[in-house]
Amino acid sequence: MKKLILILLGCLAFACENIIPEPPAVDEILDGPIDGLNSSEQARFLAGDFAFNDEVFSSGTGLGPTFVATSCGSCHAGDGKGHPFTTLTRFGQTAPNTPPNLLIGGPQLQNRAIPGYTPEILPEGTPFMKLTPPAVTGLGLLSALTDEQILTNADPYDLDGDGISGVPNYVNPPAYFVPKWFHQDANGRYMGRFGKKAATIDLLQQTVSAYNQDMGITSTFEPVDPFSGLEVDPEVSDQTVRDVVFYLRTLKAPIQRSQNDQQIIQGKTLFSQIQCGDCHTPEWTTPTSDIVALSNKTFFPYTDLLLHDMGPGLDDGVTEGSAETFEWRTPPLWGLGLSPNSQGGSYFLMHDGRASSIEEAILLHGGEANSSRTKFESLSAEDRTALIRFLESL
Amino acid sequence: MKKYLFLPVFLFALVANAQIDSTLLKRVPVDTSYTRAMNMDAVYNRPFLQIGNLPASIGGYVEADYQYMGQDGITEGHSFRIPRFTLFVASSIHRKIKFLSEIELEEGGKQISIEFAALDLTFHPLLNLRGGVVMNPIGAFNQNHDGPKWEFVDRPIAMTEMLPATWSNVGFGLYGKYYSKAWAFGYEAYLTNGFDNSIISNNQNKTFLPAAKENALRFEESSNGQPLFTGKIAVRNNKVGEIGLSYMGGIYNRFEEDGLVLDAKRRLDVLAVDFNTTISATKTYLVGEWAWVLVDVPETYSQQYGERQKGGFVDIVQPILRGKLAGFDKAVFSLACRLEYVDWNVGSFEETGGNISDDLWAVVPAISFRPVSQTVIRLNYRYMQQQDILGNPPAKIGGVQFGLSSYF
Repeated sequence: MKKLILILLGCLAFACENIIPEPPAVDEILDGPIDGLNSSEQARFLAGDFAFNDEVFSSGTGLGPTFVATSCGSCHAGDGKGHPFTTLTRFGQTAPNTPPNLLIGGPQLQNRAIPGYTPEILPEGTPFMKLTPPAVTGLGLLSALTDEQILTNADPYDLDGDGISGVPNYVNPPAYFVPKWFHQDANGRYMGRFGKKAATIDLLQQTVSAYNQDMGITSTFEPVDPFSGLEVDPEVSDQTVRDVVFYLRTLKAPIQRSQNDQQIIQGKTLFSQIQCGDCHTPEWTTPTSDIVALSNKTFFPYTDLLLHDMGPGLDDGVTEGSAETFEWRTPPLWGLGLSPNSQGGSYFLMHDGRASSIEEAILLHGGEANSSRTKFESLSAEDRTALIRFLESL
Repeated sequence: MKKYLFLPVFLFALVANAQIDSTLLKRVPVDTSYTRAMNMDAVYNRPFLQIGNLPASIGGYVEADYQYMGQDGITEGHSFRIPRFTLFVASSIHRKIKFLSEIELEEGGKQISIEFAALDLTFHPLLNLRGGVVMNPIGAFNQNHDGPKWEFVDRPIAMTEMLPATWSNVGFGLYGKYYSKAWAFGYEAYLTNGFDNSIISNNQNKTFLPAAKENALRFEESSNGQPLFTGKIAVRNNKVGEIGLSYMGGIYNRFEEDGLVLDAKRRLDVLAVDFNTTISATKTYLVGEWAWVLVDVPETYSQQYGERQKGGFVDIVQPILRGKLAGFDKAVFSLACRLEYVDWNVGSFEETGGNISDDLWAVVPAISFRPVSQTVIRLNYRYMQQQDILGNPPAKIGGVQFGLSSYF
């Protein structure tokens, strides 16, 4: 028996090297910083990571009183796309360049409330749009691009006659917005590049707005409580807000998997042939950035960050900024295949999660994407599979 | 805080004094009727040391451990902890009146808590009055939680994080036992202070009963003026084992203040079943507990905070060597395994109808060595998978834990 004990202890000692569960493959997860951050940047990334993924708000720390979610991570599990559980509802602006009707509670529905309070209810008959939370990876690379770069793909009047426009969404900046060297002033308005309607100019605005509208958390940037409409003390510090912004800027871009698989290579070719890439622009290169790790990087987000007419089927009758109600920003496709890992094992695609598969999402494309959708429909089953596999590899 | 610190320091002084002349020390053995003892006896069924002719006995236990754990390939490295250092003081004021207190210093003194400080008056074996800080008898682990009794470094998650062991409150109650040959029947019923809003409003992002422990004021006043009822019945057969059924419930939230209504009255109900037995043929010891938690969460609040929870654990302990080992006459070497599961949020999403996950399971194989019955050295391997509320790929957590725990 003593030998048995020694054998057991010996086995345990040998097992020590393998006692920690294996990490998932680096291309199977979205979390993690971009390569090249220095040690102080890594520390700041960690601070932002904690605030984004681990800091949960409660009534004692400022949540609500009305809200949608209790933390950033509740909507963006694993930094990936969200689930219908935390879908946002926006309403109040039904035409471009008109202010949202704040009197009826716009621009966002806070559909939950802490105990003792009543959540906001959508006014009867009011048009609304539901927005599934997007993935937040690679945003720093997109935010490093210049307005000039993005505008090279714009063709609002379809002068080249290819049936595809590409329209920038010009929005009024918030009071705290400080233009960077790469932002272009358009009569006091600036081009948005984040959000389903591209109505958000930069990641600071995105972060401040999410704290305020999604969680009911006020800051010095946005001191007005969405429930009372009154200015209240800040419930999140400037440092935390800026740490979260830094975290979002330095999250790595999704890594494509199985790039050398012949079927995936074939799918990539088809993606180009049926002109998906005319809007889902594959490749970009950043200029010099204040974060060295973001400078002069070529990356593959598959978006042009511009608005496109997506047809009546995707027109919810609500909009933001100068976008038409039927216009939507081309969503980045990177990380698409990893969506089920953050959406509870299923796909919830398109702006409101209505598509439960990549194929269904393609078939819901209308407007300027009619031509590409028709070409997709005419592909052989084998080619469709190749194209889907390519998209899943992103 | 000073008054909490005074008692441990005073007790240390007593111990130090006793070390001068060991003839002053008298070991009060564990209840010799241990085979007839039930989980409800756990607070008194501990070794004590009497000092000279002092009317008080003292005791306690300590736990120290090492762990090397990691999640999904990332480890925080090697870590040494002293999770608990607990002191008991017992006193017989009269043959039918006794007092016992248990003060616990957790995480090296970061948290000091009175886990038990109650006076017991016996009128009849079936009728005893207990008042003070009592351990609510929900499940068995809450009352029977001493580290040296277990073969595992960590406490069962379902019983310490779903149920809030150690869960103590100020209150009063009755308990009693009845023996008939090999059978024992026991009951307990207490009214105490209870929970508060924090169980559904906390930084854990889930319904979390232990959040109420953060409210130190619960030892001074009820959070809502509503008593929490906790009751348990248990049956033991010396040849078969013990089974207990317990319930804890009441209004948990602060629904009014200064006569003004703040919210509806919201209930918390907990049901638990516990058992322990020894298979006589193999001397295999089995102990387990399972509990269900029902919480009235406002419909308009987030589904992040579940209305129902369930979970439990089972420990299987197989002694494989007994006798003289390493110079100890009655040493026991055992193999053990713990299986545990918690579902923090039982239900389905209103938006999709899909299952709400937010659950975990763990398997913990273990080796333990007891040189004497009151001291245990244990080596565990913990493997655990934990899913978020959406059911995304689970976090995989694993590692080794080594620790020792002993009464003193």
